Amino acid sequence: MPERKIRVMVAKPGLDGHDRGARILARYFRDAGFEVVYTGCHQTPEQIAAAAVQEDVDLVGLSCLSGAHRALFPRVVELLRERGAEDITVIGGGIIPEQDIPALQEAGVKAVFTPGASLESIVEWIKNNVKPH
Amino acid sequence: MRTASRLIRDIEDKIPEAKAKIKKLYAYTGQSFIIGITGAPGAGKSTLTDALIAQFRRKNKTVGVLAVDPTSPFSGGAILGDRIRMQKHAEDAGVFVRSLATRGALGGLSQAAGDAIHVMEAMGKDVIIVETVGIGQQEIDIINHAHSVAVVLVPGMGDEIQTMKAGLMEIADIFVINKANRAGAKQLQMELETMLNLSDKAAGGWKPPIVLVGDAFDPRMFAADTAALAQQIENHHVYLEQSGKLTERMHRKALAEIHEALRSCLLEPIVQTLTASGDMKRFAEKIKNRKADPYTVAEEISQRFFKQREENDRPSET
Repeated sequence: MPERKIRVMVAKPGLDGHDRGARILARYFRDAGFEVVYTGCHQTPEQIAAAAVQEDVDLVGLSCLSGAHRALFPRVVELLRERGAEDITVIGGGIIPEQDIPALQEAGVKAVFTPGASLESIVEWIKNNVKPH
Repeated sequence: MRTASRLIRDIEDKIPEAKAKIKKLYAYTGQSFIIGITGAPGAGKSTLTDALIAQFRRKNKTVGVLAVDPTSPFSGGAILGDRIRMQKHAEDAGVFVRSLATRGALGGLSQAAGDAIHVMEAMGKDVIIVETVGIGQQEIDIINHAHSVAVVLVPGMGDEIQTMKAGLMEIADIFVINKANRAGAKQLQMELETMLNLSDKAAGGWKPPIVLVGDAFDPRMFAADTAALAQQIENHHVYLEQSGKLTERMHRKALAEIHEALRSCLLEPIVQTLTASGDMKRFAEKIKNRKADPYTVAEEISQRFFKQREENDRPSET
């Protein structure tokens, strides 16, 4: 059986134009051998979910530095579920207060990475937790 | 939608069942109009593709987009960034955008491109836009897949001699001078016109029009320019149909498809078997040490496999 390549999407929901972190991650994922769809800034959760389905990615990594993560991240999870794509893993990162993390995880965000998380640890997490479809 | 995107993934990952599925849906393909957009990295292919999606949607046509970006020769990974320019269509059910990585293909597309187009045809898309990877002078596989090819140029990429060169400059059905608000656009247009006047295509037949597209940050001008581009693409389509050239191109496409299928049915299994058995490594070692040459090795391999095939085909004696 030929080996599946891991496909991921890096997306920035909401009104947040700071994508340095997301770009560094996208680049690092590339070097880890993933195919990385990058969709740019200012995305609605609807756009992100639709693109994730069309691209058949295994994982969506959301980045948010604006403070709207509590609304935006769960909404992406919900929309993927509505589209029958709950098998797409959603993770998040950015400026996210410690006390928000349990609620995000409860809503279906599988992991949350905050400032200080190493690039290696994120790739490691993906390799250990995401089985390509 | 999920079925289609998964099938394209299966084709890319060479899952054996994907071939069987393509066989089944092949009868439903061949109805879409396929447009190729090609040109250098950063020339504006994705932005133009986005504008063309809008133009075709205005005419109520459904659109499929295949956008190809390069795979790293070192990690095997890829950044697929063409979608950034097209995200405003993400929620439109009449638009399906799929990014492909080249995965080592050198012709400007990916090996999976042909069958990914078939999937979009079977989805019933009226128009399919195939955006190649950013290319140089001769990565022109797109001509085996598209009915109409638009070559996107920008001012300032070299002198007149560049327009005379073979390869990319010959395959255009339509030339786009993008970022035409920049210095040098008029000169490039003149050079292209000179080149086109020398070509025998100009005698009767189709003379590739040159469409100037201005600043994408000036929405009104950009919309007008890209409407003109969409119109020229449609004119070319009409020309292909009326002149009988469409059949010619479909024939070329069919030949390319057989070629591709042969490679995947003959060459790939041989390479896989040799790699798995370790023979490939041994052959490489022999060639490296000059104990053999690649032609003798290839002959030996082909003899071995054809013999095997004959033996398999021979009816067993009873």
